[in-house]
Amino acid sequence: MSNTLIAKKESIISYLKETFNNVGTVTLFALRFFKEVIKPPYEMKEFIKQCYVIGYKSLPLVTITGFIMGLVLTLQSRPTLAKFGAESWLPSMVALSLIREIAPVITALICAGKVSSGIGAELGSMKVTEQIDAMEVSAINPYKYLVVTRILATTLMIPLLVIYADGIGVIGGYIGINIHSDVNFHRYLAQVLESITFLDIFPATIKTFFFGFFIGMIGCYKGFNAANGTESVGKAANSAVVTASLTIFIIDMLAVQITDLFF
Amino acid sequence: MTQEKTNVELNPISTVNEPVIEIKELYKSFGTNEVLKGVNLTVKKGENLVILGKSGSGKSITIKCIVGLMGIDKGEIKVFGSDITKMDNSELNKIRVRIGFLFQNAALYDSMSVRENLGFTLKRHAKDLTAEEVENQIKEILESVGLSEAIDKMPSELSGGMRKRIGLARTLILKPEIILYDEPTTGLDTITSREISELVLEIQKKYKTSSIIITHDMACAKHTSDRLMILKDGIIHAEGTYDELEKSDDEWVRSFFI
Repeated sequence: MSNTLIAKKESIISYLKETFNNVGTVTLFALRFFKEVIKPPYEMKEFIKQCYVIGYKSLPLVTITGFIMGLVLTLQSRPTLAKFGAESWLPSMVALSLIREIAPVITALICAGKVSSGIGAELGSMKVTEQIDAMEVSAINPYKYLVVTRILATTLMIPLLVIYADGIGVIGGYIGINIHSDVNFHRYLAQVLESITFLDIFPATIKTFFFGFFIGMIGCYKGFNAANGTESVGKAANSAVVTASLTIFIIDMLAVQITDLFF
Repeated sequence: MTQEKTNVELNPISTVNEPVIEIKELYKSFGTNEVLKGVNLTVKKGENLVILGKSGSGKSITIKCIVGLMGIDKGEIKVFGSDITKMDNSELNKIRVRIGFLFQNAALYDSMSVRENLGFTLKRHAKDLTAEEVENQIKEILESVGLSEAIDKMPSELSGGMRKRIGLARTLILKPEIILYDEPTTGLDTITSREISELVLEIQKKYKTSSIIITHDMACAKHTSDRLMILKDGIIHAEGTYDELEKSDDEWVRSFFI
């Protein structure tokens, strides 16, 4: 075998080794969450603080995004539905699109950008400045205090933010409809509620828990494993957003397949 | 306090001259880079041991291995007579509450005020203390490092010297028997460095602590050391008092004192 081929073979082997090693490390990091979350002591104060930071502080962003989603979706869909004489289906279509797909994915992406990068940068900076080591030498479990609380908070808050975005999106849709016609809000809402079933809400809500878990987990993993040096803080934040966004799409694709199978 | 309970569980008897830290044949490498190649050292009760060496010689790694922040490749690290390399995390934590660690940049928790920085550790290890007792202990420790007025400040509002003092206060709040100092005077002006060195000595006298001090600052080494060790090529190259090493026959050793 020529030297070039041997070098290529070795580089492929080392790449595969590194990839498997990384997958193993991420899996162990994620599995540790389930072990630590049930073990006392419970860091309730930090968990509530994180719920406030992740949930409440994301409300303005989710409000604006949710409203624009509903408004734009209505304005874009109206001409096509009008062509088929199905304009009256607009409230149902907007509500179903928002609840089943658009609100969960867009809200999760917004949170991947805001929350996952924030967690990645915060923990990355703590790692670089030895604050995580300081906790460890003080016999305080940094995984429990920093990681478990953040993953729990994202897992709980992202679904709530999605439900909130659903509501705001429906209001945006109502305003979108009223730009071109005059529809009574009660009638609009009645039509929206009539078109939504439990099977529309349930799978969409379940997948948002997974979105939340992975947004928190990826942010924490990237921050917790940041290399030394300030440059790695930026890298951790950036890498957290990219990985979390990609993971959201993968989960969404899997969720659609599973929903098709069972519902 | 939990600390008192753990003292009973682990080897509590440590009389003067009895080693509180014993390292035998410690090896540590990062990939192909062998940093420690058989370090042997002993710290006796009440003693201040200063470790000198060029940058990258493995001084900080040695003390990080002592508190289990880094795993080792080979060797034995006995703290209070127990080998920490064979301990699980919960056993190691019982040892850790008896050891204080002052990081190079103090490593204060940025999101917490000085009061919270000190209380955070104390509340977790002394759960039976009332809020008032916690507050009193925080004030007492801050007074001992001369920074009572900084109690409500955030770490970003503190100067380098103040950060070091608060870092030391956070270390002292659990009343450790051993303190590991990672370059306590680095980045400080001469006057503040001297103040920190004096504080290290005061702490040794007041709290009867044993210490390992990693430093490049020869004034600090002279002021604080009972004994010095110099690391070179991953092993202890020279050992003795400040005066002995200053007059060493080895030119490389003497170069530290010029």
